[in-house]
Amino acid sequence: MGKSIIEKIWDQHIVNEEENKPDLLYIDLQYIHEVTSPQAFEGLRLKGRTVRRPDRTFATMDHNVPTVNRYFIEDDIARKQLDALDQNCKEFGIRLADLDSPEQGIVHVIGPELGLTQPGMTIVCGDSHTSTHGAFGSIAFGIGTSEVEHVLATQTLWQTKPKTLKLEVNGQLGHGVKAKDVILYVIAKFGVDFGTGHIIEYCGEVFRDMSMEERMTVCNMSIEGGARAGLVAPDETTFSYLKGRKYVPKGEEFERCVQDWKSLSSDQDAVYDQEIILDGSLISPMVSWGTNPGMASGVDGKVPTFAEEIIDSKELDRALAYMGLKEGMAITDIPVQHVFIGSCTNSRIEDLRQAAEMIDGQEVHKGVRAMVVPGSQRVKRQAEEEGLDEIFKSAGFEWRESGCSMCLSMNPDAVPSGEHCASTSNRNFEGRQGAGARTHLVSPAMAAAAAIHGKFVDIRKFKQAEQVH
Amino acid sequence: MEPITLYKGRAAVLDRNNVDTDQIIPKQFLKRIERSGFGEFLFYNWRFDEEGKKRPDFELNQPQNQNTSILIAGENFGCGSSREHAPWSLKDYGFDIVIAPSYADIFKSNCMKNGMVPVALTPSEVKHLMEAASAPDYELTIDLPNQTLRDDQGFEASFEIHPYWKEMLVKGWDEISITLQYDKAISAFESRTKAASTI
Repeated sequence: MGKSIIEKIWDQHIVNEEENKPDLLYIDLQYIHEVTSPQAFEGLRLKGRTVRRPDRTFATMDHNVPTVNRYFIEDDIARKQLDALDQNCKEFGIRLADLDSPEQGIVHVIGPELGLTQPGMTIVCGDSHTSTHGAFGSIAFGIGTSEVEHVLATQTLWQTKPKTLKLEVNGQLGHGVKAKDVILYVIAKFGVDFGTGHIIEYCGEVFRDMSMEERMTVCNMSIEGGARAGLVAPDETTFSYLKGRKYVPKGEEFERCVQDWKSLSSDQDAVYDQEIILDGSLISPMVSWGTNPGMASGVDGKVPTFAEEIIDSKELDRALAYMGLKEGMAITDIPVQHVFIGSCTNSRIEDLRQAAEMIDGQEVHKGVRAMVVPGSQRVKRQAEEEGLDEIFKSAGFEWRESGCSMCLSMNPDAVPSGEHCASTSNRNFEGRQGAGARTHLVSPAMAAAAAIHGKFVDIRKFKQAEQVH
Repeated sequence: MEPITLYKGRAAVLDRNNVDTDQIIPKQFLKRIERSGFGEFLFYNWRFDEEGKKRPDFELNQPQNQNTSILIAGENFGCGSSREHAPWSLKDYGFDIVIAPSYADIFKSNCMKNGMVPVALTPSEVKHLMEAASAPDYELTIDLPNQTLRDDQGFEASFEIHPYWKEMLVKGWDEISITLQYDKAISAFESRTKAASTI
């Protein structure tokens, strides 16, 4: 029987295998950020332990970072957390992309940019969106702080082998339908826990045709479907993205790596615990209307009604009350007061290009506050070189410094209570973007269009949507 | 970590599905650099209104749910963010055990690292317990070594837990010190694979 890429990578990383124990799995790379690491370093200090592989650990500052004047941190506790990361990295000899670094940015944006994330690796971070790195054909998953400490000390984790799920999407996506719409469609269809206990392999034409940025968007949201990790087998798209990046092997060694990486692809006769096959041509641009990512509908659709019994009535009632929406209302009737283009899901250069193309000389709708928060300093510089910042600014968008920003509003960027935000982030949980904030998850193109129109619009109806695709 | 074997306590009911870790501990409380002191912020936006007053309609503010140490909740409990602050806040508030039909993977793992048992029962068993728990003096007993849960009225259910995690919890072991005993195996792995090189 053949093996899937998931089993191949897993098996290559087993340090110890014995009865009645999970596998002791080697971790190739750990990313660190300020919010989920201080207690882990403190744990090491209390026990007099060291970091086993500082050379396989990389830190950045992203969650708490202000996006306007980044050196002016009003919140004392947030500053203390950033200072703690700085001190911990110095004490344990870990590379840190701090606020002064041209490499600073959201951990899941900079890792791939720097070429740290490579195919076949096991990668962890104290952040559930670590699944992003699966786009390169690695097993990458989020962990808690105790596990962060465990990996710092031992470079391993005790893990039971997850089940495998093959998610195949075939056909061609329609004009204006993006990677974000594909993953939101999947989660809306199968629920926020369909992937629990599994690693997803995304297969089929739709993912093959995607750029690395688009694959990252899809893998990023695996966790919103309950799967700790999701991946795409590496191919020429992956290799050409990686070639020449800072931490990627060069010259002949790169060619050797490519040969290795090619062998990771799932065997023809690989067997999965679950298989799902979908037709990509049926997917519309998506908008979430509720309080979890599964509560989403096509932009041409409606908020569900109680009579339809699609969602438990108590849950629907609570979601509609929080969101201030009525059952059965058209998605295009939802007003939008805020637009956030950013987050580890959609803040890369392609995402910003996608949003900028929708603007096409138009201006942000009266009463809408719109902002673009590039995922990293590198993305910001590149966007500025391409003149995207000017397109955004002249349309009335705010152009910010890089960080997690309004995805979870740990920094000062937040949506006021009761107001609606079209957001390219990953979670529409209650209070995520601020107490009482009403989040609607969309693609960057849909978010830009909502900024211009002050409500959700079906971008397939616009001519420029065809150019974007 | 405190060992857990036989545990007896009263249960609070939170009959909601897909409770995410953003609700369990909202982001504004993640900036602390300690592991302790998160209990007062548990379910903060559900427990308190904008003025910091308790919301009387929230389950944990209701009289029958006071002085409880077991939390019974709906399916997919702990979904979303990987923040270990979620089990830290539950534990610090006073919950040592959670009972639900299913859990998000990262949350489940985080619980076990903190001496908390995420007991998974069938949906009908959980429904039964949710109805029974509102009675005053209703108590549940969790027998971790035997993987059973029972009340004083004849209800008994068994639950699954990986033998490795059970041993960790029952003995209250420090996992890192166990793993450090595999140092030779880890070093051997590092010398025979790509892990020999730096990144």
